[in-house]
Amino acid sequence: MTYTVPAARERVSQPKRFLGSPPRLLFVAGAVTATVSLIPLAYLVVRVAEAGLARIIDVLLRPRTLETVATSVSLVVVVVSACLVIGIPTAWMLARSTVPLRAMWVVLVALPLAIPSYVAAYAWLAQFPSMSGFWAAALILTLVSTPYVVLPVTASFRSSDPALEEVARSLGRGPLRAFLTTTLPQAWPAAAGGALLVALYVLSDFGAVALLRVDAFTRVIYASYRASFDRVSAAVLALVLVGLAALLVLAERRIRGRTRRWRVATGTQRTAAPVRLSPLQTVGALAWLTALTALALGVPLVSLILRMLEGSRSPLSWTELASAALTSIGVATAGAVLAVLLALPVGILAARYRTRGVRTIETASYSGHALPAVVIGLSLVFLTLSVFPAAYQTVFVLAFAYAVLFLPKAIGATRSATASVSPVLEQTARTLGRGPLRAWSSTTLRLTLPGIAAGGLLVLLTAMKELPATLMLRPTGLDTLATELWSRTEIAAYGAAAPYAIALVVLAAVPAWLLSRTMLASSDA
Amino acid sequence: MQVEVRGLDAGYGPVPVLTGLDLTIPSGALAAVLGQSGSGKTTLLRALAGFLRPTAGTIHFGERLVVGPGTFVPPEKRKVGIVPQEGALFPHLDVTDNVAFGLPRGSQARVDEVLDLVGMRDFAHARPHDLSGGQQQRIALARALAPEPDVVLLDEPFTALDANLRQRLRAEVRDVLREVGTTAILVTHDQEEALSTADLVAVMRDGRLVQVGTPLEVYDAPADLGVARFVGEAVELPARAVGGDLVACPLGDVPVRGAVQGEAVVILRPEQLVLSCPVAVTDAQDTPQPGRGVVREASYHGHDSLVRVELADGSVVPVRVPGGTPPPLPGDEVVVGVTGSGRVYPV
Repeated sequence: MTYTVPAARERVSQPKRFLGSPPRLLFVAGAVTATVSLIPLAYLVVRVAEAGLARIIDVLLRPRTLETVATSVSLVVVVVSACLVIGIPTAWMLARSTVPLRAMWVVLVALPLAIPSYVAAYAWLAQFPSMSGFWAAALILTLVSTPYVVLPVTASFRSSDPALEEVARSLGRGPLRAFLTTTLPQAWPAAAGGALLVALYVLSDFGAVALLRVDAFTRVIYASYRASFDRVSAAVLALVLVGLAALLVLAERRIRGRTRRWRVATGTQRTAAPVRLSPLQTVGALAWLTALTALALGVPLVSLILRMLEGSRSPLSWTELASAALTSIGVATAGAVLAVLLALPVGILAARYRTRGVRTIETASYSGHALPAVVIGLSLVFLTLSVFPAAYQTVFVLAFAYAVLFLPKAIGATRSATASVSPVLEQTARTLGRGPLRAWSSTTLRLTLPGIAAGGLLVLLTAMKELPATLMLRPTGLDTLATELWSRTEIAAYGAAAPYAIALVVLAAVPAWLLSRTMLASSDA
Repeated sequence: MQVEVRGLDAGYGPVPVLTGLDLTIPSGALAAVLGQSGSGKTTLLRALAGFLRPTAGTIHFGERLVVGPGTFVPPEKRKVGIVPQEGALFPHLDVTDNVAFGLPRGSQARVDEVLDLVGMRDFAHARPHDLSGGQQQRIALARALAPEPDVVLLDEPFTALDANLRQRLRAEVRDVLREVGTTAILVTHDQEEALSTADLVAVMRDGRLVQVGTPLEVYDAPADLGVARFVGEAVELPARAVGGDLVACPLGDVPVRGAVQGEAVVILRPEQLVLSCPVAVTDAQDTPQPGRGVVREASYHGHDSLVRVELADGSVVPVRVPGGTPPPLPGDEVVVGVTGSGRVYPV
């Protein structure tokens, strides 16, 4: 009657234990992926090391560095706190109360995931041009990242066992205290996991802080790269940023590991009867949800539509929009194909073989998680300039940056698709006379292709709205939707930017929808 | 503390699940509410615990009115302990904190006491996920008993356990409840569990109590055919009153309890039937020997064998043959005899 353990997932991944050590060729291919994805980070470390200890300490102790750390950390703390304060009551309303139209509200609350931070910042700026600074950035980042807390906590509230609250009631606690002492503590891992995702998002966000002129890490790194005379300080700051991001990634992993241990019993689950709200409370809850939706969705959308209707002084050039869209698709496709190819050996290894070497390869390939796009951009600029000048500002480097950045998504898709196909099929094909590669391609590959392709599509859609790495690595004259929006917003040509913003929101809707589905399912599993 | 339910109506929607339910459980008794799923037994438990607001009727715990016109005591003020299915231990708290949940701060002595009671003192600092199903149930019982509730409610607490453990834990829980002397109500769909654990069995069907009595009464003198079928394996045979306390049925003339006229159904338990070899048939006999039949199937279970015998009229009766004697083989001719008396019901 209590939780259901994610038994299906574990059962699926069991057969790998019987497969022993991986084939050498596959392992080598995986090692290549791991090495390739570590290149940006490794090169950054090399560059910083070359500068010498004295220089590093000098940069680290500069007042400007400390200010940057303080600004970024404060921004993270403020946004994360705001997301928790807003997100947990919202999740409770969506999961456990009788507020009308709950299904609709869940969708509306998840939708801000489809608004890239720089699009949200642009939309607010276009409506309120005087907005800038720390609190403006905090507001916008909170609005776009609240779903990272609301969705997993909603899932946790939905799946928590109502018997626990009932037992607490019978042991002498009133309704509110029973909720606070039983259901809420169980939602804590979900909330903490969501909060860490928000922290990572805020720390690596470039668009919103840059447009609102907040001197957080990403903007300072970008500025000192642009100034181009102080590359060592940009590199050192980038490494500090990576360190902070890596801490968050590790913390998130540990919490995810612990969540599993918090599930006790197995069996069928009873869902809790929702708490009946009084008419006054219902009005209050509706007002709260309406206000949240109005700020997170209403303002950006109204602003976009108004700008679109107003138009701009120069009429919208459809050819420019179409060419930017095609360019975005082209570069992102190259990145997605590269990511899928790199992910293939790692995903198969991770799904089938659990040796220490495989685990190392997997961890290394996930490094894109902890590398903000600004950092990858910076490192690849340095690398091409000093080692492969011919590659500097070419499409190849840009595609490579996308591949490293979004490799974790592609690996995840390949891994779960492979894990859901029993290795027995492949073994059977072998006994029927096919070699290892043909056995794989005629069984497992055929069955996993849809999953792998979906992963590739996700990478493609995500890469199309990538901004900072594109700004730093793109060939001169190459414009994507994101860079066009950026350059128009920078010169306050809000009307001209509107079509690009709308195109980006439409594109982002697909990965956002997928993400919200996984997050809502995460605690149900 | 005596639990008294009078005229209780309760349910979830417009259609009530319970209608006009009356039930009195004497102080200190362990009562089982036995019913199939959908019978309303869980609704009754939720109404007793205060998780569900009845639409009519009263509930008294001793002298205290907890449900009545204008009165609804919330669960936290009722002094009921509840042991849910699968325990529902708080997963974020260790065993001690689970047991101390309903106690004021600094009640370590009481925690130790109830942990001793359920034999789980050694697990005081274990986490729920480290405990087996049976251990979790023991802790759930300790947690329910810790604040010395007036009534303990057990909601199918043994269902999720495997058969061996279930029997052992039942006996353990019964002993603990006897020792504490708290009035307890066990909700179950398992007739064996109800009969073997409780002092008093209340059989529910379609939101009503159809019989309340000791396990012996319920098994031996079921109130109606439905109860007879539900509380144990029943052999049903067509019968006709032949005067005195006898009915004629395919097993011959059988003594019965209960008034009967004309056509009826007689209920016997398989353990009341015995097999013997047929007597040599004399030519003079023109009526077949009653109870005579042919073995159709025999399955061996170790402690006994279940033999299905087809009688002359074509009806098939199950007979338990004690283990240790080899069961007859299919095709053997046998005679089925009856010990004790049957129970008759109108057709």
